[in-house]
Amino acid sequence: MTVFVLEQLLNGLQLGVTLFLLAAGLTLIFGIMGIINLAHGSLYMIGAYAAALVARETGSWLLAVPAGLLAAGAAGMLIEMVIMRRLYDRDHLDQVLATYGLILFCNELVTLLVGRQPMFVGIPPGLAGAIELIPGVPYSIYRLSIIGFGLALAVGLYLLIQKTRLGMLIRAGATNRDTVRALGVDIRLLYTLVFGLGALLAGFAGIMMGPLLSVQVGMGEQILIMTFVVVVVGGVGSIRGAFFGAIIVGIVDTMLRGFMPGWMRGIISDTAQADALSAGLSSMGVYLLMALVLLFRPQGLFPART
Amino acid sequence: MTRQNVSIVLIVVLGALLLAVPALAAALGNPALVGLATRVLIYAIAAASLNLVLGYGGMVSFGHAAFLGVGGYVVGILFHHFRFSEPLFGVIAGSDQLLVVLPAAVLITGILAAGIGALALRTSGVQFIMITLAFAQMLYFFFIALKTYGGDDGLVIRRRSALFDLDMRDDRTFFYVVLGFAVTFFAIYATVIRSRFGLLLGAIRQNESRVAAVGIAPYRYKLAAFVISGMGAGLAGALLANYQRFVSPDMLHWTKSGELMMMVILGGAGTLFGPLFGAAALISLETYLTQWTERWMLILGPVLILIVLFMRGGIAGLIDQLLRRLK
Repeated sequence: MTVFVLEQLLNGLQLGVTLFLLAAGLTLIFGIMGIINLAHGSLYMIGAYAAALVARETGSWLLAVPAGLLAAGAAGMLIEMVIMRRLYDRDHLDQVLATYGLILFCNELVTLLVGRQPMFVGIPPGLAGAIELIPGVPYSIYRLSIIGFGLALAVGLYLLIQKTRLGMLIRAGATNRDTVRALGVDIRLLYTLVFGLGALLAGFAGIMMGPLLSVQVGMGEQILIMTFVVVVVGGVGSIRGAFFGAIIVGIVDTMLRGFMPGWMRGIISDTAQADALSAGLSSMGVYLLMALVLLFRPQGLFPART
Repeated sequence: MTRQNVSIVLIVVLGALLLAVPALAAALGNPALVGLATRVLIYAIAAASLNLVLGYGGMVSFGHAAFLGVGGYVVGILFHHFRFSEPLFGVIAGSDQLLVVLPAAVLITGILAAGIGALALRTSGVQFIMITLAFAQMLYFFFIALKTYGGDDGLVIRRRSALFDLDMRDDRTFFYVVLGFAVTFFAIYATVIRSRFGLLLGAIRQNESRVAAVGIAPYRYKLAAFVISGMGAGLAGALLANYQRFVSPDMLHWTKSGELMMMVILGGAGTLFGPLFGAAALISLETYLTQWTERWMLILGPVLILIVLFMRGGIAGLIDQLLRRLK
């Protein structure tokens, strides 16, 4: 039993760091440019597809990872320059609609190019297999390395934002963009870079999730909506909130999926009924969590410090 | 001609056109037109309901498909219990009467909207968008889990709800029934918008803190608008379920919410008939583009982006400009 709990905790952590990569980009873009980007999930999908395609064709993850990053980053910067730039001064409604249009376009384009069939990619050979964390408890090396990469990126992002000149500009831009512009900073370039950074993080999340899930059209929206939950739970515009929110949401979701079937089978005798019900209820869990957070702390658990 | 006269003429022309739809369809030898017009009217009700919060109240709800879907499921579930004549929870008898199931759908979506709205309206702006979306998604998963009522596969409604002795199976009769509901809905809707409540809603959209400073608590008015809006979408959902004789979780999918928003913006947010034009435009576009190519989203997506970027005010705005030029 404790083994199962440990395993679920690690799985939750793994989902959590993945969600963090998406939530960080989303909240960074929102915090600095005041823009809500529904197409963030599309960047995740683009990263996953690019990496999966290159991995399938060449068999090399050393090529696949940069390809995924490049595709997501380039797509992000292109989107920023062609569309987003015109939306900064608009209200959220216009942003939502334009980026919704972008999702429709991206999904259909990927369907056109790759087809509707989900793609399955194997785990990179070097990271396959399991490792015994404590004797007798094997755990997937790949999932463990996702946790490692995710945490490393979180630290890297923290250092980037807190310790570098670019980070200083990003923080300044979030506080008062007009002053930053008046001081002679090329704010347009800064925006494009921040958007590209968000796209890279989303793309990386997509690359890592590829071998765990099937790579398919619509994968972006599925995780995007969960990312929204993370951002609301953590507090909009706060990277720290995105981190803790992601970990909480990841663990809660995974735990519910792990334990709900057992509980339900205890209550309902019909196994198929119980499984269906628990699948639905555990999918609803994180949204209920969000509702609770809203009830008691509408600004989120870790709101941005102003 | 004064502006008001122009509007009256337009409404009369629009009404005549709608009344003539079945005759037109027969004359053109295109009976599918009746179904298309029925769907346009139903979606117009849903989009107009969304417009009340989105266009007039400035609350960007990205979860209105939830009300559409729940409205539909109320009809489906009541019919299911009617057919197998076993009461829901042992007490609530099923029904196939339109005058029972529609009010039930409106009531239940109203209660649901009160719950979701009470929570979601604690926030505003971007959180509000995310939260409404997330609640709708939660309900989507709920109906997928509801195996008793078909789960993933949805629920077939064998017969349309009965209304007096009308032959509801006839698409033309059903069209006129929907038209009757749509006219009643838009009449009430226009009254609400022009009432003090409607004006106050506009004031809240423009400057919430000023409204609060005058001594009016915005929260309850926003919540009231959200509930009315949810009820309208529930009505549309109940009609839609009747029209297609089928409900499924797809009716609650987030892309449906997106479509409703698209109709509002395409038609013109914050205008009375904008959502009707938007629904007509989007549904015709969808119907004809799908006939032409399966990849119609490839066209629709960029069109939507262009509309947002360059065409402010939607179709209603265009008509307004044309009328102004005529004068």
